[in-house]
Amino acid sequence: MNRLAQVWVYIEETPLLWLALTLCVFWLAQQLYRRLGEFPLLNPVLVSVVALVVILAATGTPYEDYFDGAQFIHFLLGPATVALAVPLAGQARELRRYWRPIAIALSAGSLTAVASAMALGWLLGLDSQTLLSMLPKSVTTPIAMGVTEQIGGLPSLTAVLVILTGITGAVIGIPLLRLLGLRDPVAKGFAMGVAAHGIGTARAFEHSERAGAYSGLGMGLNGALTALLVPLLVWLFGL
Amino acid sequence: MIGSLAALLLFQLAGEIVVRLTGLPLPGPVLGMLLLFAALLARGSAPRVFNDTSRGLLNYLALLFVPAGVGIISHLSRVTDEWVAITVTLVASTALAMVVTAFSLRALTTGRGE
Repeated sequence: MNRLAQVWVYIEETPLLWLALTLCVFWLAQQLYRRLGEFPLLNPVLVSVVALVVILAATGTPYEDYFDGAQFIHFLLGPATVALAVPLAGQARELRRYWRPIAIALSAGSLTAVASAMALGWLLGLDSQTLLSMLPKSVTTPIAMGVTEQIGGLPSLTAVLVILTGITGAVIGIPLLRLLGLRDPVAKGFAMGVAAHGIGTARAFEHSERAGAYSGLGMGLNGALTALLVPLLVWLFGL
Repeated sequence: MIGSLAALLLFQLAGEIVVRLTGLPLPGPVLGMLLLFAALLARGSAPRVFNDTSRGLLNYLALLFVPAGVGIISHLSRVTDEWVAITVTLVASTALAMVVTAFSLRALTTGRGE
């Protein structure tokens, strides 16, 4: 018994447990998703987050302890973001040809994402801190958190809302656009990236390499545009 | 593979350094991506190992968002208090942004060989 307690003390102190558990949970979630015919609501990110939250709550583990282990996975987001340049460079010829439609669609989509969140959140009476934290929801976590900090929201809440937005986009994106009769993988991919950043991009890559490349482009461009747009709108509307 | 990983990290590092020096409102990795993109265009094509390593990493992109997502546990009370308004805003706004982006791009590219 004494020895068992010692083992538990060791496990609690090393980052190994939560790192291993995060990988196991994600692996299982992915198997589940594939076995059940890639049903959108079983999105592996969504299932993994819910499962890990339940495990943390059940064991009374603080998020900080969990993150001590999981940060090694989180860290890889940086190099993975850089790696998005590779599929993008593969589309260089088309990019040169279509830069004008891309710039216009990006501006329309980016403005819609921020303005509709602002209007709806205000109409539905969201708390002002929640609303501010929600505005950069469509862009990748590190950009969104930086923007929130700048406008006086809660960066850690933004991280969560960003992930929820990504999951929403990944779940509804392809079925919704298909329902509306859109087949073009370029438009689908680009829209997934603009509205649902990296999680939308991960989903777009499953759809096709081409959709994924454009999704990565949409995500990168919208990240830059939103970083400029959100502070401007907040200032204009005096939030 | 190690070389490719080192290259990715160096581009990220370059991005972080430039952002800190210039005060650009962009995260380092995003600038790193733009720098790598420019380098790949200038070079014409990347070595195969490099492409394989990058694709390997991107295959697991979804996994990399899990640790940040679990952070919802720190905001459970706020999120449960406002869950209806948060859900409606988030889902409607995301759907709207996606539809506007996809259809404006399609409208602007049809008839141009797409």
